[in-house]
Amino acid sequence: MQRRVIFNNKMLPYLLLAPQLAITVIFFFWPALQAILQSLLRQDPFGLRTKFIWFDNYAVVLSDPLYLNSVKTTFIFAFSVTAIAMTSALLLAFMADKNIRGAGAYKTMLIWPYAVAPAVAAVLWLFIFHPNIGYFGRAMREIGIPWDYKLNGNQALSLVILVASWKQVSYNFLFFLAALQSIPKSVLEAASIDGAGSARQFWTIVFPLISPTSFFLLMVNMVYSFFDTFGVIHALTGGGPGKATETLIYKVYSDGVLFLDLGGSSAQSVILMIIVIGLTAVQFRYIERKVHY
Amino acid sequence: MVKKSIGFVFALAVAVFFTLQADSAMAQRTEVQFWHGLAQPLGGILEKIVADFNASQNKYQVNPTFKGSYPDTMVAAIAAYRAGNAPHIVQMFEVGTATMMAAGEAIKPVYALMSETGVAFDPKAYVPAISGYYSLPDGRMMSMPFNSSTAVMFYNKDAFKKAGLDPEKPPRTWGELRAAAQKIRAANAANVGFTCAWPTWTQFEQFSAVHDVPLASKSNGMEGMDAVLAVNSPLHVRHVQTLIDMQKEGSFKYAGRGSVGDALFPSGEAAIIHASSGLRARILREAKFDWGVTMLPYYDDVKGAPKNSIIGGASFWAMTAPKRTVEEYRAVAEFFKYISLPDVVAKWHMDTGYLPVTFGGFELAQAQGYYKKNPGVDIPHRQMTRTEPTVNSRGLRLGGMPEIRVVIEEELEKALQGNQTAQQAMDSAVARGNVILRNFEKTNR
Repeated sequence: MQRRVIFNNKMLPYLLLAPQLAITVIFFFWPALQAILQSLLRQDPFGLRTKFIWFDNYAVVLSDPLYLNSVKTTFIFAFSVTAIAMTSALLLAFMADKNIRGAGAYKTMLIWPYAVAPAVAAVLWLFIFHPNIGYFGRAMREIGIPWDYKLNGNQALSLVILVASWKQVSYNFLFFLAALQSIPKSVLEAASIDGAGSARQFWTIVFPLISPTSFFLLMVNMVYSFFDTFGVIHALTGGGPGKATETLIYKVYSDGVLFLDLGGSSAQSVILMIIVIGLTAVQFRYIERKVHY
Repeated sequence: MVKKSIGFVFALAVAVFFTLQADSAMAQRTEVQFWHGLAQPLGGILEKIVADFNASQNKYQVNPTFKGSYPDTMVAAIAAYRAGNAPHIVQMFEVGTATMMAAGEAIKPVYALMSETGVAFDPKAYVPAISGYYSLPDGRMMSMPFNSSTAVMFYNKDAFKKAGLDPEKPPRTWGELRAAAQKIRAANAANVGFTCAWPTWTQFEQFSAVHDVPLASKSNGMEGMDAVLAVNSPLHVRHVQTLIDMQKEGSFKYAGRGSVGDALFPSGEAAIIHASSGLRARILREAKFDWGVTMLPYYDDVKGAPKNSIIGGASFWAMTAPKRTVEEYRAVAEFFKYISLPDVVAKWHMDTGYLPVTFGGFELAQAQGYYKKNPGVDIPHRQMTRTEPTVNSRGLRLGGMPEIRVVIEEELEKALQGNQTAQQAMDSAVARGNVILRNFEKTNR
């Protein structure tokens, strides 16, 4: 049974849609078109000298080994963040879903990190891991581990992955918890009666039933790690050392905002847009087939 | 969403209403907008100077606004210019100088501003090592110097004593610095012997000026946009090698880019630091030990060293916009004149630790006994003025300098990680830096 609202006035539905459409056009389509246009220009920051150069900016960006390196860093970063944030959130949600004393308190506390702004989160972690002023950083150095993410690229990348994942765990936790709670108890009870253990129940019943949520989170987490992790990287490493933590979105920022290369930066953001559109399309095409709604 | 939009429109209406109100109340004064990039406490001291200017006369009103860090302020001013409402005055960090000079009609050079408005102005009143940074090769001043600093060496006297070093005889040369840092580590007088803030600025830009070697060709870019970097010279490579060696033996620690290294000195973590003279205020407030300040070291086998150091900090630029009136430019000129008065310069210098930008300001501070009462505070000024600026120590004018700074730091980091040699690091910095310079040249031609 489908419920339908019938409008007598033909204009009314458009009018009701207008505010949302206006916001989408003004804040999404217009800037995106601007970026595409800018990416075809060579222009000084003040806009005094403009030259249309077709795809030169793209050619420069795509032939830059540093850019390709940044692509690699971004994929390592995004896959690690997504994997860590999703698995740990699922594990936590699975445990919090059980009948335990004080479950409400656990759940509340697990959601807290989501309310912390990325830059603030980064600073908090800095006070833990900074090699000179962080408690943990100092402790590691005292027991002889050469911890110095200011100079060691792998350590720096691991640290930003850890912090970015930690930020996202709460969000994933919320969704996983809701998904787990919506699984009918009767199904699990039936499985128990049939003698299925906890692990078997999880893989054969729980996991398939929460797959729509997992799929949704997979995309949200990918987009998060591509676009929303700027604050963490900016506050913790600034893209360094060397270029070890320079992800694509960070490079767009530093080239465009700090170094005022508007054309190159726009070309990069258009490429980034294409990458994310592509990833989302692939996910819908191939992974969604395996999802049961 | 609809609710939000209504709220937004309402807030906008209220904002417009109050702006109009404020406008009509101030109608009798010519108003100019001034964007600056100084956080507290410096921003407050600057805004006090602006308030004093407003109170000193009744024709002009300067409205200061804090716009975030220097890069944020720069981006905001550029965006505002593109939208046709640039601020009248913007504070711009020294590495943005080349970008501003190439900005053509977007800016009103100080020499033109002063002559068009007929406000008295003597470029000779300014310390040449400062005004030279902001002048064309023929000496015409493009922007108004205000907060200038230079790099100096701070050292922890308590740590020196503990390591058996004479706290009244700080190292003068790189050899002495290295020996002192080794002794400090050997005696464990501090966790870090030597470190630096602003690595490119202190170890390359200042280093080149002090040793009278070019950082880039064409007089460090002052004489043309077609300059190329020269930081792979034998002396630069030798210096990077020194830093690598010192790191290996444990006497040097790389603390990170930008001002990050600053924190290591006041906390007592590092015994010697190369940092901005502006760090003084923070050390005064935070350090719980006896400390001293001295000039930057040099390699004593380099002929002609040491020369004067160069500046960092920021200057004020007058910007243009459609429909800007002569009276508005006059307000800007009068404000520039006011901030160059000896007592304003001297007070800013004494309140903040920035350099006195005019000789009048320095002499006034001297006459008030400031340097007698505070030994060492004249070190930055003396270091800046110890020699006549040469082509290599007059300053830099390289397009994309903010990016070049990062490039040099990245290559230095990779060398310190052991991923490449000193020579490879500097060759690669030159190659990458030259790409940036050529892009700037292409864009601004």
